[in-house]
Amino acid sequence: MDRLFSLLAFGPSGWGDEIAAGAFVTLSLALATLPFGILLGLLVALAQRGRSRVLAGAATIFNTIFRGLPELLTLLIVYYGGQILLQAVVRALGLGINVQVNAFVAGMVALGLVLAAFSAEVWAGALNSIAKGQREAGYALGLSRWQTFRLVVAPQLLRVALPGLSNNWLALLKETSLVSTIALPDLMRQTNVAVGNTKEPFFFFSVAILLYLLFSVASGGVIALLEARANRGMGRARA
Amino acid sequence: MIRDLLGLVVDLNLLDRYGWRMLDGLAITLKLVGITFVLGAVLGLGIALMRLSRNRIVAGIAFAYVYFFRGTPLLAQLFVLYYGAGQFRDTLEPLGLWTILRDAWNCALITFTLNTAAYQAEILRGGIQSLPKGQSEAAAALGLRPWQALWKVILPQALIVGLRPLGNELILMIKASAVASLITVYDLMGVTRLAFSRSYNFQVYLWAAVLYLALVETVRRVWAFAERRLTRHLRPA
Repeated sequence: MDRLFSLLAFGPSGWGDEIAAGAFVTLSLALATLPFGILLGLLVALAQRGRSRVLAGAATIFNTIFRGLPELLTLLIVYYGGQILLQAVVRALGLGINVQVNAFVAGMVALGLVLAAFSAEVWAGALNSIAKGQREAGYALGLSRWQTFRLVVAPQLLRVALPGLSNNWLALLKETSLVSTIALPDLMRQTNVAVGNTKEPFFFFSVAILLYLLFSVASGGVIALLEARANRGMGRARA
Repeated sequence: MIRDLLGLVVDLNLLDRYGWRMLDGLAITLKLVGITFVLGAVLGLGIALMRLSRNRIVAGIAFAYVYFFRGTPLLAQLFVLYYGAGQFRDTLEPLGLWTILRDAWNCALITFTLNTAAYQAEILRGGIQSLPKGQSEAAAALGLRPWQALWKVILPQALIVGLRPLGNELILMIKASAVASLITVYDLMGVTRLAFSRSYNFQVYLWAAVLYLALVETVRRVWAFAERRLTRHLRPA
């Protein structure tokens, strides 16, 4: 047992620092994807109920595709497809340079698209929950469409959307493990490397699992705080 | 004629070489998800009942089970079983378990079943808890035994409540099953990755995307139809 734990030491003899670096990449990727994904999701949800039929149709197609494809496939399509696209652009521009798609960016784009599609559903539900009178009152006060959205609708939206978005975040955190397949040195990838060198798969994968679990538990704590803050001033029904 | 038209959009050589194998892969995906979803439902019911148990220890174990499987990536769960099992070969062999766990297919089957059971348990628990207390009291007043009440009164109603989330879970399983390809199961994703690694033709990924979308969309529609049919007695006339 001591031998196993000494494998987790930081420094050249152990894998502790490599795994910590991997965990850092995992968290950075998830945190970098979050704002991009949920904002795009909000835009998709707004497009879906907007006046433009073309935009609404495009939003529906977007949702169908990115909610229907396996996340792993989306990731590989973005990574390899992005590579092909980028090379075509470079060739068209007549640049004789060799470009590589950054795995972190590919992961961020792919997971962001998936997050957008799933969070769009949450946003749509939240938008529906806000009574029509709220918007009408905004217009009656002489606010523009954008002002009404920003000052009247948006503050109420977040409170309703928060539980759904929390689920989206927890799903995202777990999905980041897929980027290990495109050689991004995240927690899963670093664990794989450690396993390859030490032949201790059970121990190292268990460590990785416990770290993911820790992230989920910690997220739960933060989410509880956010919800308490979003619901301040809202009296709860008592049984 | 049809082939010529098809040739405009797809690489026919590639299609001849990998088309049928991808359909075989699709069948493997269906089989994997079908078996694990059903086994997961059975296990999930047991866990949901444990979770609702008045015995704190039993409920606690079920809670920990659900928390663990929902809080960690499926990929990591799959790896710990598949690669981890090899380390315990000496212990597993006399128990006859090694022949089971040596096989990637079995590992995927076991992991996916345990994983979906946790999600389905939460759906069932939500469904059972959404029913008014009067339902079980009425069943008890009619002299039904607890398991009769569960089977004939509680579960049918809880399943109606859980129908839509169960459909979502089935679709999530279809998508998540693609990670089986990472431990050498030749499901649709596995065959696609193989075809890509041999041909370096990006098209295969797009074909796989079309097949997955068709599968998910079909399941979604069939499930919606079934839901409409099963809840027709609940709609106002």
